Amino acid sequence: MADTLEQAVIHCEGVHRRYRMGDADVHAVRGIDLQIARGEFAAITGPSGCGKSTLLHLLGAIDAPSSGRVLVNGRDTTLLGDAEATAFRLRHIGFVFQRFYLMPTLSAQENVELPLAEAGMGRSARRARAADLLGYVGLGDRRGHRPTQLSGGEQQRVAIARALANDPALLLADEPTGELDAATGERLLDLFSQLNRDGTTLVFVTHDQVVANTARRVIRLLDGRVASDTRRGET
Amino acid sequence: MSMRITLAFATLRRHPARTVLAVLGIAVAAALLLDMVMLATGMRESFRSLLLTRGYQLRVSPKGTLPFDSEATIDGATAIVTALRANPDIKAVSPSLGTTLALPGQAFPSVFTLGLEADVQGDYVLEAGRDMPHPAAPVVTGVPLPAVVNRTFLVRSGKRLGDTLTVAAGVDAQLRTTARSRVITLAGEGRFFYVPAETPVVALPLGAVRTLLGPEYRDRMSLAMAESRRGDSASVEAVRQWIARTQPRVTAISTETAIRQVEERLSYFRQLAFVLGAISLGIGFLLVATLVTLSVNERRGEIAVLRAIGTQKSGVLRQVFLEGFLLSAAGIAGGLVLGLVTARWLNGILRDFPGLPAAFDFFLWSPEAAWKSLALLLVSGTVAGLLPAWRAASLLIIRSLREDAVG
Repeated sequence: MADTLEQAVIHCEGVHRRYRMGDADVHAVRGIDLQIARGEFAAITGPSGCGKSTLLHLLGAIDAPSSGRVLVNGRDTTLLGDAEATAFRLRHIGFVFQRFYLMPTLSAQENVELPLAEAGMGRSARRARAADLLGYVGLGDRRGHRPTQLSGGEQQRVAIARALANDPALLLADEPTGELDAATGERLLDLFSQLNRDGTTLVFVTHDQVVANTARRVIRLLDGRVASDTRRGET
Repeated sequence: MSMRITLAFATLRRHPARTVLAVLGIAVAAALLLDMVMLATGMRESFRSLLLTRGYQLRVSPKGTLPFDSEATIDGATAIVTALRANPDIKAVSPSLGTTLALPGQAFPSVFTLGLEADVQGDYVLEAGRDMPHPAAPVVTGVPLPAVVNRTFLVRSGKRLGDTLTVAAGVDAQLRTTARSRVITLAGEGRFFYVPAETPVVALPLGAVRTLLGPEYRDRMSLAMAESRRGDSASVEAVRQWIARTQPRVTAISTETAIRQVEERLSYFRQLAFVLGAISLGIGFLLVATLVTLSVNERRGEIAVLRAIGTQKSGVLRQVFLEGFLLSAAGIAGGLVLGLVTARWLNGILRDFPGLPAAFDFFLWSPEAAWKSLALLLVSGTVAGLLPAWRAASLLIIRSLREDAVG
């Protein structure tokens, strides 16, 4: 666990998240305290409905806790308004989703350019940056291809390149291998390991214990609470 | 090209058939709007330009009548024309006498004839051959009188320029005689502004027509056109009032008054054009609103991801708004072409209606009116994207992702 607040990329204190679903009052996250240090590679796992995706959304500032605090990169994201939170996500957080969510009519290159353009980067600079990132994820020769011309694994790599575009402090992934076959998923996890070795702080959610075990830290949730938090090598 | 425009084009390309159909729908609405505007303004402007073809802003007709509205004529024409020409505020006066002359032995028995003074006439423009002789030119007896005819006359009579024929007046059907006749030569072909295209017409010197019609027409005219020297509305009106004051046997009507009267008669046309124009605006609005709403609903997950990766609400708003704008702009560009083509086609059909002056147009291209109406449609179409754009920008990221995953 990180020793100080300054070293932590993620710092959660007493985080709760309740919401209504139809007539039901769902208490998805129940008082989570959590710190993730810079450079960590963590998996959040647990059975379906344990609150792992909700927690990831809270960490990524796309959802706000009902109570408690979430600090990302030293900033209390629960205090941010919509526009500030959006700007914060743009600069500090990268997202990878299970269903890739690439813009189907844009090329791989243009998809990666999207967050760079949002950040105000000029055309030539963002083209160069997108090309570098696609090269990094092994798709340097597929820049002009549209998502439909790419395999699932390749699409997810484009999504990773897009998530890394603005050099975020934190990369969050929600079931990143969920739509991939085992071999492709394994190669993607290798890429995650490589990213982490290159300095990216990475947190991903998975229901698959085998996939979770590729991370150096595994946080297991049960009924919205942290049931276990182990690092590789710990028992 | 900015990323937002790239993405907007890409989104519209996503369902090409749907986009093309929507653009075509907007194009049809735009064409209808354009045609309605051209129709609403066209007849008025066409009538105005018809009346002002040769610069005459005033028509002087027999008291209580409209120009060529009856067969009434004005006696004492010379005195009236002389008085008008003596007024320094009047630049030119063109008297004319309309009648029907017989054409013995020709393919059709009679022809509408205009007696005019060649140097001031405002009824035709010479397109081929020679004009009529100047009024001051010496009268040469025994030589065919040069006349100007229209294309319809030449076609229907089978004559060519240079041919001669006889025109006659005072026909007695029982005795098969004519009181007076004159051999004329078809010297020139003219385009007559006020005579229906399908009507044959011959223009002869005013004096010759009066002579043919006999002593009682020696000093008569059907109409005189007058041109104010200064030409502004106030000056024209001042001249009109002066004529009304000093010439009690005539009615002077200005172009503006004539246009007002025509406008009153055509007001239902404008109302129809207004209603159809409003309908086309509504259709354009609904088409864009429907397509953009559909597109936004299909892309809820994508829009949520755009928001998640850092696109501001305003960015999503602008993005969707831009799609509506591009859709409208493409439709309007198509509508402009379609509208002009259909207007030309319909104008051709309507101009063939009998009794209409040859120079009259129903649809008239008026750049200002056309651009204003198309700009209104563009604004309408773009605003139509506002609601779906606002809805897209306001989507809750988590809910949209969850619904998209479930969907």
